[in-house]
Amino acid sequence: MAEINILQAGMPSAASERASAPSAVAVARLMLERDLRLAFRKASQLVQPLAFFAMVTTLFPLAITPELTRLRHIASGVLWAAALLSSLLALEFLFRDDAQDGTLEQYALSGRALTGLLSAKTAAHWLLTGLPLALMAPVAAVALGVPGRALPGILASVTLGTVTLSLLGAVGAALTLGVRRAGALLSLLTLPLAIPVLIFGAHATQLAIRGEPYGAPLTLLAALAVFGMTLAPLAAAAAVRINLE
Amino acid sequence: MSELGRLTAHQDYDGPVTGMSEATLRGENLHLWRGERHVLRGVSFTVTSGECLQLTGPNGAGKTSLLRTVCGMSYPEGGRIRWRDRDVNEDLPAFHAEMAYLGHEPPLKGELTGRENLHYWVGVRRRFGQPELGRALERVGAQRWADRPVRTLSAGQKRRIALAGLLLMAVPLWLLDEPTTNLDVEGQRLVGTLIDEHLAAGGLAMAAVHHPLAVSEQGLRRLELGIG
Amino acid sequence: MAWTWFHRLASPPHLYRTARRLTPWFAWPAALLILGGLIGGLWLAPPDYQQGDAYRIMYVHAPSAWLSLMVYTIMAVAGGIGLIWRMKVAHAVAAAAAPIGASFTLATLVTGSLWGKPMWGTYWQWDPRLTSELLLFFLYLGYMGLRAAFEDLQRADRVSAVLAVVGVINVPIIHYSVVWWNSLHQGPSVMYLGKPTMPPSMLVPLLMMFLGFTLFFGAVLMVRLRGEVLNRERSARWVGEEIGA
Repeated sequence: MAEINILQAGMPSAASERASAPSAVAVARLMLERDLRLAFRKASQLVQPLAFFAMVTTLFPLAITPELTRLRHIASGVLWAAALLSSLLALEFLFRDDAQDGTLEQYALSGRALTGLLSAKTAAHWLLTGLPLALMAPVAAVALGVPGRALPGILASVTLGTVTLSLLGAVGAALTLGVRRAGALLSLLTLPLAIPVLIFGAHATQLAIRGEPYGAPLTLLAALAVFGMTLAPLAAAAAVRINLE
Repeated sequence: MSELGRLTAHQDYDGPVTGMSEATLRGENLHLWRGERHVLRGVSFTVTSGECLQLTGPNGAGKTSLLRTVCGMSYPEGGRIRWRDRDVNEDLPAFHAEMAYLGHEPPLKGELTGRENLHYWVGVRRRFGQPELGRALERVGAQRWADRPVRTLSAGQKRRIALAGLLLMAVPLWLLDEPTTNLDVEGQRLVGTLIDEHLAAGGLAMAAVHHPLAVSEQGLRRLELGIG
Repeated sequence: MAWTWFHRLASPPHLYRTARRLTPWFAWPAALLILGGLIGGLWLAPPDYQQGDAYRIMYVHAPSAWLSLMVYTIMAVAGGIGLIWRMKVAHAVAAAAAPIGASFTLATLVTGSLWGKPMWGTYWQWDPRLTSELLLFFLYLGYMGLRAAFEDLQRADRVSAVLAVVGVINVPIIHYSVVWWNSLHQGPSVMYLGKPTMPPSMLVPLLMMFLGFTLFFGAVLMVRLRGEVLNRERSARWVGEEIGA
């Protein structure tokens, strides 16, 4: 009996219980750190989208023409189609691994906002696929005969565009979480939604290559990214909850 | 073996458990359909602080479904769950913050160590330091393998890491699905002891089991689910 | 209360009987309006001074295009109601509507391309409306593909409802981006709708076709809804009574 009382004395009241809960920012940082750490333990998966991007870019000179003057005209389309396809690659496993080992369920039952947790996971996905793609796009552009002055514009537009692609991808991955072989379906769901990103991104790139101001399409890309940040996590959280049911 | 069991039982895990006002979990006339199967047919139950509800019944009787319905993963077609006399659907996050659910499989990432797993899993719920983490691991006898990647551990070792997570969450309500799966005799006794201590500290538990839990009779309640 | 009709509609047998009762009320006016619209549009209306008789395909094309968008919106609204109020029959409405909407979209594409031959000299022109319609068709395919990918009907209902809501938010963005893209690459597209000076002899049959197609959709929806409800409730006692009778 006395032992139990000692036990209880060491216990916090309801108020201090709440005080020990980490802030939303701390939770997001924890989640981000977790996903990055997991990704670096399976480093080969990190390189694959980049290798795929490089491979797809290589296909076009081989299929069309090696002449840089002509490649320069189609460079924006090549870069964006390749970026779109490579960002789809890692998507299927964005939530699937966590759903299979039960960790996603624990996060859904943690009492913390699932939208925030999924936003952090999406941010990790972007850091691991979108950002490397954005850094690689200027290199691929040079190989396609794009002049050096266009590279900042390409870097900026791919950076902004891949943010939206990751967000849309998170929605697609959440929707298909309960589907066994989701690869093709995931692409069919995500690609039509990604058309605006493709249009604005490719146009910004084209303007940059021509040496014209590309502020307008870049602004539209930024608007899409902001819009996606506000709505995509809500849809993803709803879909994840349904699929965990 | 029993020597070790007693020994660990005395090294009380002194992390925060509950210490809250008396709480009651009530299921009222729950009906759940899965496709064309009427899985839960008007199930009702009450668990109060200091009580453990042991769910038994043949495979397919709906033990797991009932636990998942209680924790809000499945939405019942009829009936409701009340926690502290409020319908849990009024504020599901608040309810989740006070409960822990452990399913069939320990929710652990194979690539991370046990310690890292607990850090990222329980860390989103509450802050705790390395000493507390160490005490929880020690309490379940998992400290020796806590720094190895989980994928290298046996099923029973993983289960013990998950039990450490349960202690670290420090919540009043435990919902456990087959908590003794893959555990040796000593581990099964450990689960019983942990539940007893949890109840003594004012906690509640609901556990689906195939074999009766090794818990003290006092506070034990039983609910037998049948295939209707 | 004023809401009782809403709750009564949520009961499958009531919905089934309502759908059966309403079917002729949609079907007969639809048949008469479409017949009248066809006679008015194909015979009575004068040929266009620019397009000759080719413009007459508008009488099928324009109402189909209108319905392709309306049905998607209905799917999203029904899905939203099903998600928020957990109303299962709302999901049945969405499930019944999807293939009809996809058919109207396909009809729009086919008639549009048939029109293209005399107008542009080619069956396919990357015209913004047709391109948007094509993307809408992909959205329908994704919706139906996602629905079909789940064995559990409840999960299929709820996940596809999330997709429909996401899609309906994106349709205007996609359309706007496609129009924007088109304005960059070519001159304004051939205007085949909304001529300000359409004479009444052309306009009246068009309006009849719009109304007729909409009612036709209503009739088909009622028939499909009955099938959908029967299939979903096949183990319920009322279905046995209904069919056995």
